[in-house]
Amino acid sequence: MSTSDSAVLPRSGGGLRWLQGQLRNIAPFATLLVLVALFSIASPSFATLDNVANIARQVSVTAIIAVGLTFVILCAEIDLSVASVANAVGIMVAFFTLQDQSVNIANIPLPGAAAIALALLGSVALGAVTAFGVTVIGIPSFIMTLAMLQIGAGICAMLVRGQIAYNVPAPIELLGSGSIGPVPWIVVVAVLVLVLGHVVLSYTRFGRYVYMVGGNREAAEYSGVNVKLVLAAVLIISAVCSGIAGMLGVAHFGSAQQDEFDNYLLDAISAVVVGGTSLFGGQGGIGNTVVGLLVLGVLNNGLDHVRIDSFLKILIRGLILLLALVINVYAQRLRAKA
Amino acid sequence: MTDRSAPLLELRGISKSFGGVTALSGVDFTLEAGEIHGLVGENGAGKSTLMKIIAGVHTGFEGEMRIAGQPARHRSARSARDAGIGMVHQELSVVPELSVAENVMLGVQPVNRLGLVDWPGMMRRARALLAELGIAVDPRVPIGSLPLGLQQLVEIARVLSSGARIVILDEPTSALSPPEVEVLFGLLRRVRDSGRSIVFISHFLEDVLAICDRITCFRNGRLIETAPVAAIDKGWIITRMIGAGHEELEAGYTGEIRLDSRPGAPVVLACEAASGPGFREVSLEARAGEVLGIYGSMGAGQLDLARALFGRTALSGGRLSLDGRPLALRNTAAARRAGIAFVPESRRSMLFAQEPVYRNVSISILDRISRLWVKPAVEREIAQRHVEALGIRPPSVHRRLGTLSGGNQQKVALAKWLTHLPRVLVLSEPTRGMDVGAKEEVVRIVRGLREQGIAVLVVSTEPETVLSLADRILVMKRGEVREEFAGGTVSKDRLLAAA
Ligand SMILES: Nc1ncnc2c1ncn2[C@@H]1O[C@H](COP(=O)(O)OP(=O)(O)OP(=O)(O)O)[C@@H](O)[C@H]1O
Ligand SMILES: [Mg+2]
Repeated sequence: MSTSDSAVLPRSGGGLRWLQGQLRNIAPFATLLVLVALFSIASPSFATLDNVANIARQVSVTAIIAVGLTFVILCAEIDLSVASVANAVGIMVAFFTLQDQSVNIANIPLPGAAAIALALLGSVALGAVTAFGVTVIGIPSFIMTLAMLQIGAGICAMLVRGQIAYNVPAPIELLGSGSIGPVPWIVVVAVLVLVLGHVVLSYTRFGRYVYMVGGNREAAEYSGVNVKLVLAAVLIISAVCSGIAGMLGVAHFGSAQQDEFDNYLLDAISAVVVGGTSLFGGQGGIGNTVVGLLVLGVLNNGLDHVRIDSFLKILIRGLILLLALVINVYAQRLRAKA
Repeated sequence: MTDRSAPLLELRGISKSFGGVTALSGVDFTLEAGEIHGLVGENGAGKSTLMKIIAGVHTGFEGEMRIAGQPARHRSARSARDAGIGMVHQELSVVPELSVAENVMLGVQPVNRLGLVDWPGMMRRARALLAELGIAVDPRVPIGSLPLGLQQLVEIARVLSSGARIVILDEPTSALSPPEVEVLFGLLRRVRDSGRSIVFISHFLEDVLAICDRITCFRNGRLIETAPVAAIDKGWIITRMIGAGHEELEAGYTGEIRLDSRPGAPVVLACEAASGPGFREVSLEARAGEVLGIYGSMGAGQLDLARALFGRTALSGGRLSLDGRPLALRNTAAARRAGIAFVPESRRSMLFAQEPVYRNVSISILDRISRLWVKPAVEREIAQRHVEALGIRPPSVHRRLGTLSGGNQQKVALAKWLTHLPRVLVLSEPTRGMDVGAKEEVVRIVRGLREQGIAVLVVSTEPETVLSLADRILVMKRGEVREEFAGGTVSKDRLLAAA
C-alpha cells in the first residue's frame, strides 16, 4: 500500500530477506486479519454490515487527525498537540456560531462561512506557531508540540469557560452528523482526506520531499532541499487536519466543550505507528495508517462485542500498542540490515 | 586445541550472493599471524562483503572458516568480536551524538562499584588511548562534530584498543591526510609486531604497497592472486584489478604537474575575506572553465569552507558574489537555486540508503522535472543514463542505494548534479573510495564539465586528488589560505610542504 518502499522496488534479496524487509507492512495487516477472525468467532454480532458501518464511523475523526500526523511522523518528527488543536478549533467554530439563550458564553456569532473560515485560519495559525518554534527557533518538535498541547487547552478553556456550546454552522453540522443514504458524511470526509493524503505523499513532489527529509535529513539538506520549509509545511498540514477533525468531531458528538478530544492523541499516534509507519521517518505512508486505523477500530469495537472486563480492555489496548512499537523498531533494524 | 602450524584465519570456498547478484564465488583466503594483508580490487569486487563475513555481519554464506585451525561460524558481529575479530567499516559506524570517549569505549565502558558507568575513569582511559595514538581531540565533544578523518581515527582507535587478534580496516585512510596516514602506519606496524594481524583494504595502491606484507587482488567476486609485496609493484596490481593496458594509471602524481590556470576567464564565484566556522578571511575566485583545487591537511578548514559555499553553514564575516552580484545563502536550497552544487565528503550525509538509486539521483533536480506531480518514469530514464555513463554496478536504477558498494555509492553522489549542470560545482573529496579506474573516470568527467564552462572547486585532504584535477591550487592551513599555485608546475612535495 505504501509506495515509498517495496512497492516500487523489485525483490533485491532472497525470499526470506524480502519478507523481512516487508515486516513493517505485513505485520499490521496480519494483526488485522487475526483480530477480525477472532472477533467474528467470538461474537455473532461482530461481523455484520451494521457493525462495519459502526467501525467506520468510530474511526473517522481519528482518521482525519492521523493523516496529518502521518506526514509529521514520516519526517521523523512528532506532533503531540493534535488532539488539543482539534479541540480548540472545534470550540472556535462553535464560538463564532449563534448559540441558544441557555448557553452562557460571550461568543461572537458570525455567518456560517465566516465561522468556518476563521476556525480554519485558527488551525493554520496554531500550526504556524508550532512550525515557527520548530524550524526557526529550533525547539524539538516533541517539546514544542507539548507546549502547543497546553496552549490549545488554554484556548479551549478561555473560549468556553467551563460551559458547553451546542450549535455549529450548518455545513459542519451536516458533514459531522448527517449522512447520504446509509453512509455518514463524516466517513466520506475521512475517506476523502485519506485519499488526498495518499495522493500528496505518493504522487507529488512535496510528498517525495517528505519521504526524503524523513529518510535522511542531512542528505536532503545537501541535495538542496529546503528542509525547514518541508518541516513547517507538515506541521501546518497536521494542524489543519486536526482542525477539520475538531470541527466535524464537535458536530459528531453534538457539543463543544473542554477535554472532549483527550483520547484522540493516543489513538491517532497508535493508528500511525500500529500501521507500520516508521518512527524514525522515511518509511510507511497512508496505506499503513489505514491498516492501523482498522486494527484500532476493530479492536475497540470488537472488545465491546465480547464480554470482557472494561478495565482489562484498557490494558489490552496498551499491550497491542506495545507490540506494535516492538515490531516497528524491529522492522527498522531488519531493513537496515537487509 | 589450536594447531600451531595453521594460519590464524583460513577461509575455504566462500560464496555469497544477494538475491540475483553474486558478490563472492569460491574464495580461498588465508591470513597469517603477525601480517598486514592488503586487499585491493575494483568497486564492487566483493572486498567489503568478504570482510563482513569474517566479522560476522553476514551470517548466511557458503564455505567454511577456521580460526587458528578451529572451525568457526559466527552467529553475529558480537560473537565474531568475542572470537577476537574487530572491524572498522567503510561507512563509519560511530554514534554521532555520543562523545568521543563513549565512542572509543563503546561496549567496554568501565563501571564503578555501583555498576554505573565510571565517567572520570572512562575519560581518563579514552584520553590516554587517544594520546598514545597521537590523536589530538577532546574526548568530551560529540564525535559527530569532528571532521570525518578524525572520526575515522577514533574508530580505528576503538578497534585497536579492543584487543582484537584480527583487525579489519576497510578503507581506513580514505579521509586522512598524509601526516595522519603516517601516524596510522606507525601504529599498524606496532600492532603487527605484537603478533596481531591486520587486513587493510584501500584504493590507494601506494599505501597498500607501503604498509602491507602480502597483497590479495579481487575481481568480480573472485580472488585472483595473493603475492608477497616484495615481488610486485603497482602495475602488477592494476593489471590484476582491471586488466592490462593502463600504464598511464601507474605513473601517479610523483613528478612535476603542469597547471592549466586560466587567469583571463570570467570569475563566477568570488569569496571576499569570508570567515565562518573553521576558516578565516578566505578570499578566492572560481573562474568559468577552470578547476580550482583547495588542498589542506585534516582540519585545515577547506572542508568547512566548502560547506559554507553551499549555504550549509552561515558566514560570520566577508562576502560572496556570483557573477559579480552579491550572493546571500540563507540555506542550501538557495545555493542550489543560484546554481551551486555540492558533493560532501561523507556519503552517509549525501545519500538515502533506503531509497532506490533513481530517487537518489533525482532528488536535486525534482523541481526541474516536475512541478506538482512526480514523474518516476522520467526520473528512472535520467538515472539510467548516469548509471550507464558512470559505469555504476549493478546497473539497475531500482536497487536500494544501501546495497551498492562504497565506490558505486560515491558515483551516485556525483550523478546527482550532472543532469542540469550547475554554474559552480563544489566537490569535497570526490574520489573517496573509488577504484583507480573510477578515479580516472572522475578526472574525465570533471575535465568535461570544465570544458562546458563550469567553475569547479575540488576540495581535498589528499594531494593526488587535487593534483589530478586542479588547474590552480590554493593551500589552506589552520583555516587560512596560505599559498597559491597558479601557472607553471607543482609537485606533491611542494604541496605537502606548503600545508
Ligand atoms: N546488502 C547487500 N544487498 C545486495 N547487494 C549487496 C549488498 N552488499 C553488497 N552487495 C553487492 O555485492 C557486490 C560486492 O560489494 P562489496 O561492498 O563487497 O564491494 P567492494 O569490493 O567492497 O567495493 P568498494 O571498493 O566499492 O567498496 C556489489 O555488487 C554490491 O552491490
Ligand atoms: Mg567496500
